[in-house]
Amino acid sequence: MKYYDKLIFELSKEGRRGYTLRRNEFGTSLGIPASLSRSKAPELPQVSEPDVVRHYTNLSQMNFGVDTGFYPLGSCTMKYNPKINEEIAAMPGFTGIHPLQPAKTIQGVLEVYAEMEKILAAVTGMSNFTFAPCAGAHGELTGLMVMRQYHMSRGDVKRTKVIVPDSAHGTNPASAAVCGLSIVEVKSKANGLVDVEDLKPLLNDEIAGIMMTNPNTLGLFEKDIKEIASLVHGCGGLLYYDGANMNPLLGKVRPGDMGFDIMHLNLHKTFSTPHGGGGPGSGPVGVAAHLADCLPVPKVAYCEKCGRYTIKRDVESSAGQVSGFMGNFSVILRAFTYLLALGKQNIRLAGPYATLSANYIKESLKDFYKLPIPSICKHEFVFDGLIDDGSAVAEDGHGATTLDVAKRILDYGFHAPTIYFPLLFHQTIMIEPTETESKETIDAFIGVMKKIAEEAASDPALLRGAPHCTPIRRPDETTAARQPILKYKDCR
Amino acid sequence: MANFAYFPHTEEDIKAMLERVGVDSIDRLYDDVPAEFIYRDEYALRDAMSEQEIREYFDQLDRKNSKLRIFVGAGAYDHYSPAVIPNLISRSEFITAYTPYQAEISQGTLRYIFEYQSMICELTGMDISNASMYDGPTAAAESMMMAVASAKKKNRVLVSETLLPNVLKVIRTYAHFHGVELGTIAAENGQTSLASLRKELESGDVAGIIVPSVNRYGIIENLEGFADAVHEVKAIAVAYCDPSALAVVKTPGEYGFDVAVGDGQSLGIPVSFGGAYVGFMACRKDYVRKLPGRIVGQTVDADGKRCFVLTLQAREQHIRREKATSNICSNQSLMALYITIYMSLMGPEGLKEVNELSYAGAHYLHDRLLETGKFEKVFDAPFLKEFVLKPLVPAKELQQKLMDNGYFAALETEEGYVSFCVTEKRTKAEIDALVSLINE
Repeated sequence: MKYYDKLIFELSKEGRRGYTLRRNEFGTSLGIPASLSRSKAPELPQVSEPDVVRHYTNLSQMNFGVDTGFYPLGSCTMKYNPKINEEIAAMPGFTGIHPLQPAKTIQGVLEVYAEMEKILAAVTGMSNFTFAPCAGAHGELTGLMVMRQYHMSRGDVKRTKVIVPDSAHGTNPASAAVCGLSIVEVKSKANGLVDVEDLKPLLNDEIAGIMMTNPNTLGLFEKDIKEIASLVHGCGGLLYYDGANMNPLLGKVRPGDMGFDIMHLNLHKTFSTPHGGGGPGSGPVGVAAHLADCLPVPKVAYCEKCGRYTIKRDVESSAGQVSGFMGNFSVILRAFTYLLALGKQNIRLAGPYATLSANYIKESLKDFYKLPIPSICKHEFVFDGLIDDGSAVAEDGHGATTLDVAKRILDYGFHAPTIYFPLLFHQTIMIEPTETESKETIDAFIGVMKKIAEEAASDPALLRGAPHCTPIRRPDETTAARQPILKYKDCR
Repeated sequence: MANFAYFPHTEEDIKAMLERVGVDSIDRLYDDVPAEFIYRDEYALRDAMSEQEIREYFDQLDRKNSKLRIFVGAGAYDHYSPAVIPNLISRSEFITAYTPYQAEISQGTLRYIFEYQSMICELTGMDISNASMYDGPTAAAESMMMAVASAKKKNRVLVSETLLPNVLKVIRTYAHFHGVELGTIAAENGQTSLASLRKELESGDVAGIIVPSVNRYGIIENLEGFADAVHEVKAIAVAYCDPSALAVVKTPGEYGFDVAVGDGQSLGIPVSFGGAYVGFMACRKDYVRKLPGRIVGQTVDADGKRCFVLTLQAREQHIRREKATSNICSNQSLMALYITIYMSLMGPEGLKEVNELSYAGAHYLHDRLLETGKFEKVFDAPFLKEFVLKPLVPAKELQQKLMDNGYFAALETEEGYVSFCVTEKRTKAEIDALVSLINE
């Protein structure tokens, strides 16, 4: 990657333009009264079309993506993004449809929603899905709204607490708080699983439910799930499944069968839609049949009498509307395309291959990195830092940390794993390979990880100064936060 | 087991990997899952499709949608999208990247978000923009939570009844579950009433207000005096804006507002059945600690080179967990890039021209429709590209007839009006054809 130092504003020159528009046929101009007009034009860049194309192409070349190389980012499921998905999402017949067009004129669009609902129900064992949420965290929030709506609709208004394991993603407690729920934390045992004995005394008639990630953020299957489900249901609570870690179960285990009542999926993780540098994603929420009426509106329905799809905009028992229209349709289309390609045959392979690859990496590296929990993992696992961090040979006594290992990985052309999460360990390195990486790629990664462990043991300073080969070296984050420069005008 | 194009595992690979792991089959890796939870039935999915079959399937699906000329807005505006944009945003390095946590190999993403933030600040007149939100309505709901979080003990937020219907609906949902009390600011002649606002503020428990800049009737609101009234009771003023219109109409910054939110869709994103779009949110310096979402800042690297990083992260859910203002994690990064490239191409002149053309077309249509004698004027107020009229003929039949002839127009509103919108994409010939259909 080469370093390129321009901002688009720095290419601007008065009088340049990058657009063409049709001529004004109406002979009239803007007639907005001065009192309602802005006093000065916005200082946007003035650049030609070639300037724009070259600038953003140069910017792109400072980025790493799944198409560039291996992305072992734990909890993020960075699988290959199939190109046919992109072609389908870009079809003019889909991009040109207004979201408020009457149902009669968009039967093809509504069929996508209806078919996707059927497929996801089959894959997860849930009954109904909404596609309104635009991201995973948005799905969590929507799922919790459905949970509260269910209790409230039954007059069970005392249930305002939700149980969240200490290993949960940060969005779990944050989503609960946004939804007006208070959080009760349940501890993990030394083996990384939810402590059922710690859970029991937390259960009472104020509990709306529990949020579980299974496999959890350590990549471990919560094998007590049946007992947990029965305990939580026993106190009148519901089970929420955080679908961030659904990938290893794809084609193998269904959350609905484990007793979960509500779940979200990340289409941008499990169902191959691109992460886009941080969105747009899609976080459909699925529910068991008894919660179907609580799902958000608008909702696609099939009218037997008229033989076509309709849109329900008002459902009294619904939790309400959670996004502008019907979610990120272009993302839903991509995931639908992926699922058509997988079909009932290939879906069986996805989770198992991802799980095999994760265990293979774990077993290959456990003599170099501390493995706090040695059991079989699912799609991901965690190390707790280097076995030999080199502190014994370092002049200043400082060895290499997990951060240093992560930065050194960048020098070797891979993305770094997730680090310092979950918070249960101090030097966490969380690795998730996915099913779309070849053994050759994974072996190359294993080789690099071993080499870095050897470098750490003999010369930790090399890691502490890493990365050395990227377009920039470590940024000064302290200054960025203390003297924030957050827009172009602040630079000048 | 037959192989599949996206999965590189061969029999030989699997064997070697299993050997290293020390088990004899992949199934053994699921030994920790209670046997009753292993799904053994056939999945109720279709047979796997080849790429060609996928194309054929979507071609037939595509034929089930009608291609209509769009004369409706209501939160999704059919502006022209330059060819450059889809070409650039589909570059692998942009579209297949993750959130830019590893700044050293994510300078492309971080730089365009910084540019995006700068442009949003230019349009809104605000000091600081975040890296984007899901869409306009959720950004409005987030601003409501921000108002309550900033005000500490006050828990009431006032919303104008001239906000777009879907914006109001999403705000109501969030308010209901977040425990925020909502009040309404009434409208007068299709515009948010300052008198009504003053009256509502008397209760003393208002944390903030949300009012539109260009409203659900397409009317350009005059927000003079709103910010002062709100600041007197130490509440915050939020404006819901159409960012395309902000190139020409008075900005939230000029009106002294504290927060600007809206949907970036009008900046060239195709209508795409409602998504993916991108919400934006910008505020004055004083409120940065309560601003949800990611923020990118400029700094230098270890060698003193200019670079960009995610910053001020102490506000966010992964640090503050349940104490964060919002649960938002990632945003709509790629769509933020979409509108950043759009704004770069258009520049100040292009955006002004888009508004001129839309304004001219909309006013032309408005006047021709009144001449048909089938509509009555509802409001006497300046509008931009969207307007409502009172139909003197049955609205449903009118809409149906237009639809049958390839037009999506005359959207029936909750108030019983019909709504029209004209962007620069609509030609005079199309407008004339629409009017003559109505005249028939």
